[in-house]
Amino acid sequence: MSETAYNFGYLDEQTKRMIRRAILKGLAVPGYQVPFASREMPMPYGWGTGGVQVTAACLTPEDRLKVIDQGADDTTNAVSIRSFFQRTAGVAVTGATRDATLIQTRHRIPEAALTEDQILVYQVPIPEPLRFIEPRETETRKMHSLQEYGLMHVKLYEDIARHGQIATSYAYPVAVEGRYVMDPSPIPKFDNPKLNDCPAIQLFGAGREQRIYALPPYSKVVSLDFDDHPFVASKADHACDLCGSGVSYLDEVIVDDQGGRMFVCSDTDYCGARVAAGQRGRLSPPEAA
Amino acid sequence: MPAEQMDIFASKKALAAPLLSVQGLTKRYGARIGCADVSFDLYPGEVMGIVGESGSGKSTLLSCLAGHMAPDAGSVVFQTAAGPRDTVRMSEPERRMLARTDWAFVHQNPRDGLRMGVSAGGNVGERLMAVGARHYGGIREKATDWLGRVEIAADRIDDRPSQFSGGMQQRLQIARNLVTGPRLVFMDEPTGGLDVSVQARLLDLLRGLVRQMGLSAIIVTHDLAVVRLLADRLMVMKGGQVVEQGLTDQVLDDPQHGYTQLLVSSVLQV
Ligand SMILES: Nc1ncnc2c1ncn2[C@@H]1O[C@H](COP(=O)(O)OP(=O)(O)O)[C@@H](O)[C@H]1O
Ligand SMILES: [Mg+2]
Repeated sequence: MSETAYNFGYLDEQTKRMIRRAILKGLAVPGYQVPFASREMPMPYGWGTGGVQVTAACLTPEDRLKVIDQGADDTTNAVSIRSFFQRTAGVAVTGATRDATLIQTRHRIPEAALTEDQILVYQVPIPEPLRFIEPRETETRKMHSLQEYGLMHVKLYEDIARHGQIATSYAYPVAVEGRYVMDPSPIPKFDNPKLNDCPAIQLFGAGREQRIYALPPYSKVVSLDFDDHPFVASKADHACDLCGSGVSYLDEVIVDDQGGRMFVCSDTDYCGARVAAGQRGRLSPPEAA
Repeated sequence: MPAEQMDIFASKKALAAPLLSVQGLTKRYGARIGCADVSFDLYPGEVMGIVGESGSGKSTLLSCLAGHMAPDAGSVVFQTAAGPRDTVRMSEPERRMLARTDWAFVHQNPRDGLRMGVSAGGNVGERLMAVGARHYGGIREKATDWLGRVEIAADRIDDRPSQFSGGMQQRLQIARNLVTGPRLVFMDEPTGGLDVSVQARLLDLLRGLVRQMGLSAIIVTHDLAVVRLLADRLMVMKGGQVVEQGLTDQVLDDPQHGYTQLLVSSVLQV
């Protein structure tokens, strides 16, 4: 079959309209999980089919797409989603956060500040933040509608009781605009502050669970905590060994079987740009004379 | 003695409006009657027992009173902080708010009233957090205090209820319910599934708490020993109807209705 046989962005227009309606509803009610009729995509669940459908519904031919997985543009997942949209939508792609108009992400928010001209699409595995403690969907829906969120703090209480501190380090729950409690997808809690007051539109798509939710630009997003155990956006206490950045989120990489480790920016675009601009880290190759 | 009690009862009535005033409460399951035309007043600080054989409508009545089930007819007027309100006609959010502030509900089976996957401390702290407590140290202190009050050792605070005995689970459920100082406690067979020796200890504990806190409570049981120990007043149900009600000692010592006489005598034979 020739590649032109695909409708723009793979999904048919009617499906895209349905998804756009869900997105608009999500933007109108920030943090609220809007049900949508998720479609089969030519990739397995867990590969971001929710994010892919949201991206497909948002893309225009003029867009420049960036796809990241754990901050990296070159992982299998990121590469295959990017090439999927190159084939089915023919859109331009980029690795540079600044140049992208739409960024689909799994597990990270880029380090570079986002702008009003950008949309950030998150891939979400489990959209329901109350699920772990209240498995009944009828009950969690009621809890959201009545704003009964005491259970979220029970979860954090359990964390502190067991670990001496809030050990939740990914998918750290937030309250949106003082109303809905939301799962920000499994981003590190280091990224949580970037959810707040963000100029870009943030969209969240859960394919298997058939939910879309959204944060309009400049939404107020607060990470839940206790007065005596305040939220801390922690990261590894190191600088990047490649670019020397002391403020970016780091991945720990094992470099040999003697237990040698290095810390590198998880955001490959951010790190690469710094290195290109002459920044150096502990393990950078010596400067050419 | 009964006359003296009557006086106390009368002066209570004169002093305060009823905490709960129930009129014509009726619930059917299709053609079957759950409970029919039940009316009574409960005054602040009073404990009322509801007795009757299995299937007599006790649980149905309690569920309607506590807002777990919508009755087909009747009203349940509760004295809220903002005055008397018919909880049957309240919106669900308002009713759920009452359920986690002014009311408490102790289930017969602790599994229905506890979160089995959450530590004892988390179980006790939940209601505090539900009404806005956000200081971990403060929540933990209160949970520790309440575990002590229901005779659970402080070092069990981080254990899950699944590691507790049946009696401990029930005491934990009581702590979890009373920690926010509710004004009205509903209990459905609170000593039901327990061994006799464990029952006695739980009853003692409940009696102490009810007295200390001046709790108002409605206790469903088929065990007359429970009402004798805890209840100021007694309501006897049969086939969904209230056949007799009055001061506990009066009803038990001088039952008027033939069914109550049977109930009492069968206990005495044990
Ligand atoms: N969910 C139900 N559906 C149909 N009938 C019910 C239901 N629950 C209770 N009943 C009936 O209503 C009557 C009262 O039951 P219940 O309130 O459970 O009595 P008790 O708690 O005194 O044992 C019984 O005849 C019982 O069979
Ligand atoms: Mg019953």
